[in-house]
Parts: sequence; C-alpha cells; structure tokens
Amino acid sequence: MRLVLDNADLYLAGMATTVALTLLSFSAALVIGTVVAAFRVSPVPPLRTAGTLWVETVRNTPLTVLMVLFFFGFTKLGIQYSAFTSAVIVLSAYTSTFVAETVRSGINSVAKGQAEAARSLGLTFPQVLVRVILPQAFRTVVAPLGSVFIALIKNSSIASVISVVDLTEVADRLNNDTARPVAVFLGAGMAYLLLTLPSGFLVGVLERRVAIKR
Amino acid sequence: MGEPLVVATQVNKWFGPLHVLKDVDLTVEKGEVVVVLGPSGSGKSTLCRTLNRLEPIDSGTIEIDGVALPDEGKALAKLRSDVGMVFQSFNLFAHKTVLQNVTLGPVKVRKVARQEARERGMKLLERVGIADKADRYPAELSGGQQQRAAIARALAMNPKVMLFDEPTSALDPEMIKEVLDVMLELAAEGTTMIVVSHEMGFARSAARKVAFMDEGRIVEVASPDRFFEDPQSARARDFLAKVLAH
Ligand SMILES: Nc1ncnc2c1ncn2[C@@H]1O[C@H](COP(=O)(O)OP(=O)(O)OP(=O)(O)O)[C@@H](O)[C@H]1O
Ligand SMILES: [Mg+2]
Repeated sequence: MRLVLDNADLYLAGMATTVALTLLSFSAALVIGTVVAAFRVSPVPPLRTAGTLWVETVRNTPLTVLMVLFFFGFTKLGIQYSAFTSAVIVLSAYTSTFVAETVRSGINSVAKGQAEAARSLGLTFPQVLVRVILPQAFRTVVAPLGSVFIALIKNSSIASVISVVDLTEVADRLNNDTARPVAVFLGAGMAYLLLTLPSGFLVGVLERRVAIKR
Repeated sequence: MGEPLVVATQVNKWFGPLHVLKDVDLTVEKGEVVVVLGPSGSGKSTLCRTLNRLEPIDSGTIEIDGVALPDEGKALAKLRSDVGMVFQSFNLFAHKTVLQNVTLGPVKVRKVARQEARERGMKLLERVGIADKADRYPAELSGGQQQRAAIARALAMNPKVMLFDEPTSALDPEMIKEVLDVMLELAAEGTTMIVVSHEMGFARSAARKVAFMDEGRIVEVASPDRFFEDPQSARARDFLAKVLAH
C-alpha cells in the first residue's frame, strides 16, 4: 500500500490516460457502431453485407492482435500514428462491433408497428431510423451498452502492449522497477475498480431515467 | 365526386405459397367512404397495407390520384405522405408526446415550421377531443384516446385518403364510440376513407360502398343498404348471419 501511495502521481496519470482512451474510444464506437447497426438493418443488401463483415471480422480477432497489427502494420506502410492515437482507433473499431450488435438488438426490440407508422407518414428509411427507431432502441439497451463501456475500460489495458502509458503500463513499469508485482497490480486493480464501479452505478441511474413508459 | 382517387387493378399478392389477394379490383372515388368487410384471414388488412405499399404486391397495379405506387425510395415516401393510415394497435411513437406524434410528419416530411405545425397539431387534437393530452405520452392515454391521437397524426399530413385497419377492434366497448364519432365526422366532411371494420352501424351510416372480401377476393361491392338487406353472394349471407347473430 505504501508503494502505491508513494507512486500515486504515476497511478493518477495512468488513470487519466485510461479515462481518455475509454471516453474517446467509446464516443467513436457509439457513432461507428450505430452506423454499422443501421447498415445491418438497411434495405440495401451491399450495406448489410458490409456491416456484417465488419462486425464478424473485427469482433472475432483478439484485441491484442488488432492492436499490434494496426500499430506496427501502418508504420510499415509509412503511416505513423502515435501509440495513443493508434490505441484509440483500434479500441474504437473493436468496441464498435459490440455497440453495433447491442444497438441492432435494440432496433429489433422496437415494435414493428412503430416503423410502419413512421413509413406511412412518408418518412424515408433514414428518417424512420433516426427519428423513431433509434431513440427507442437506445433506451432499451442502456444496460448492455453500459456493459460494453465497462468492458472497454478494462480492454483499454491492451493499449499497454504498444506502450501507451495507461494504468496497466504504469503498473507494469513500476513492477519492473520494484519487482513487487502483487502490491503494484493490486494498486492497479483498485484503480480500475474506482473507474468501473461508479460507471456501473451511473448506468443504472441513466437506465431508470430514460426508460419509456409503456 | 366521381373522380377516382384509389384504383387497384387485378392485384395479386402471395405470402410464400399463400395466395392472399386474388385479382382484386377496387376503385375509391374522391370523398367516398368504403367499408371493407369479410371473415378473418380474408385479406382485408393485407389489401389495406398494399394501398400504401407497406406490403408490395406481386402483380397488378395500384394508383393513388393517378400515380402508380413507385418502388421503395423517396418517391414512395412522398406518395405515402398523402395516404393516412390508422392501425388497429394505434402505433403511436412511444417516446414522443401526443403533440410530438402529430407534428413529426408535418415538420420532417412536409417541412412545415415547428411553431406552425404545433398550432395546427393542437387544432387537430381539439378536433378529436384530446387537446388536454397534448403533452402526455401515449402510454398515459386510454386506448380510445390513443386511437384519436393516431387519427390526428394521420390527418396532420392533409392526406388525400385515409386508411383505417380495424381502428376499434383493440378497444373496450365504451371507447369504440368516441373513435367512431371522430370517423363519422370525417366522413361527413367528405374525407375519402377506406375502412376495414366490423362496425355495422358505422358501415350503414357512413359508407357509400361496402366491399365484401372472402378468401382473398372481393366478392361483392354494394351500397350498405343493399348489402345488408339483400346480399347477393352466399358467402356474404353466411358472413352476415354470423356477425349479426352477435
Ligand atoms: N406477414 C405475413 N406473412 C405470412 N402470411 C400472412 C402475413 N400477413 C397475413 N398473412 C396471411 O394472409 C392472410 C390474410 O391476412 P389478413 O391479415 O390480410 O386478413 P384479415 O382479413 O385482415 O383478417 P383479420 O380479420 O383477422 O384481421 C391470412 O391467411 C394470414 O394468415
Ligand atoms: Mg386484419
């Protein structure tokens, strides 16, 4: 415990990086995932195929592999992103597939009559989706999206494999210096809990606030 | 009067192997109220839904005000905006207030200014008797109120024709009248209406024509008086005997 407290500044900096990775990636993943979900329910077959391909390939590849491939692969191609930017891109892409599947299940849970009523008013497919279906779909998937968010907080630790100095990387380096893995990683674990537990609580609050009366 | 507004010609529709609409011909003139009757499963809802292409048809043609129903896309959306539809299960947008339900179409499809849409929406809600519910969510309304809101939502588009698919079937008896009253008023004002309904009283007092369907065919089209007093087909006699027995 002393060891952790003595290095509180390092842990805090690592937490800040973890939070930044998570928030940036989640925002992007929400946008990408929603678009992909829209593709997957669209009446246009090529869009549906593209959406399915994206989800199935990205989701079914280990995050570590994606992280390393993207960071070193693009460097090889002469495109250089910083480790942090690379991590955000890869985490966004990876998380977008889970967001897409979650949002799609939300879309499927909206009663068919809602879309029919919207179409009969003369709304176009994108309008039906944006004005009628998605607002209801999101409300029903707040809890599973919350789980995706919490998974992302934890998944962001994979950024350490490309040396982004997040919580995990901080702990890793401290461990290299001190050779006290248990104390060092207990500290990291508690720091992660400080992020994940309140997130879970906030998700619960949000879920109750946006619930649709039926 | 006399000008055809909805013209279905030799319409056929299959659900897989099931032939649900068979060579259906139907003409509805401007200002006319047509009530569609028939036993369960005879294709009434399907016919209603093909008229704004919620269900595509396999052969035949459907014209609304002289324009053939286009394929899915912008043109179809535009045409649908001229065809009001009222569903058995109301289908009000659950996440929007009653007034927002009514203004969505005018604002997003007709590009009416929000304020103007709200004012016209309130007038429509007054007309159907639920102005005091404008800021409530659908789930907070009774079935009869929800259906009146749904009618107001459809009317807000100033449609050329209104389709009703069993608008009172999901309602408790005491709420049926409040919805039928609104519909009778619309009919009296000369709204063109196609109504799938088993409400014989409504058919008698509002319909100019009754179309009787059985097994995917329109078997008989007649004035309500003639249809109820002297149905021509055995099927219709059979149907009326069953319905009127209740
Ligand atoms: N989406 C669908 N897929 C497959 N079959 C369908 C579908 N919708 C309707 N049908 C079938 O088509 C036939 C006609 O159905 P439809 O709903 O038009 O009848 P209806 O006259 O409206 O009956 P009801 O009075 O019970 O509402 C029925 O046999 C029905 O089971
Ligand atoms: Mg029906």
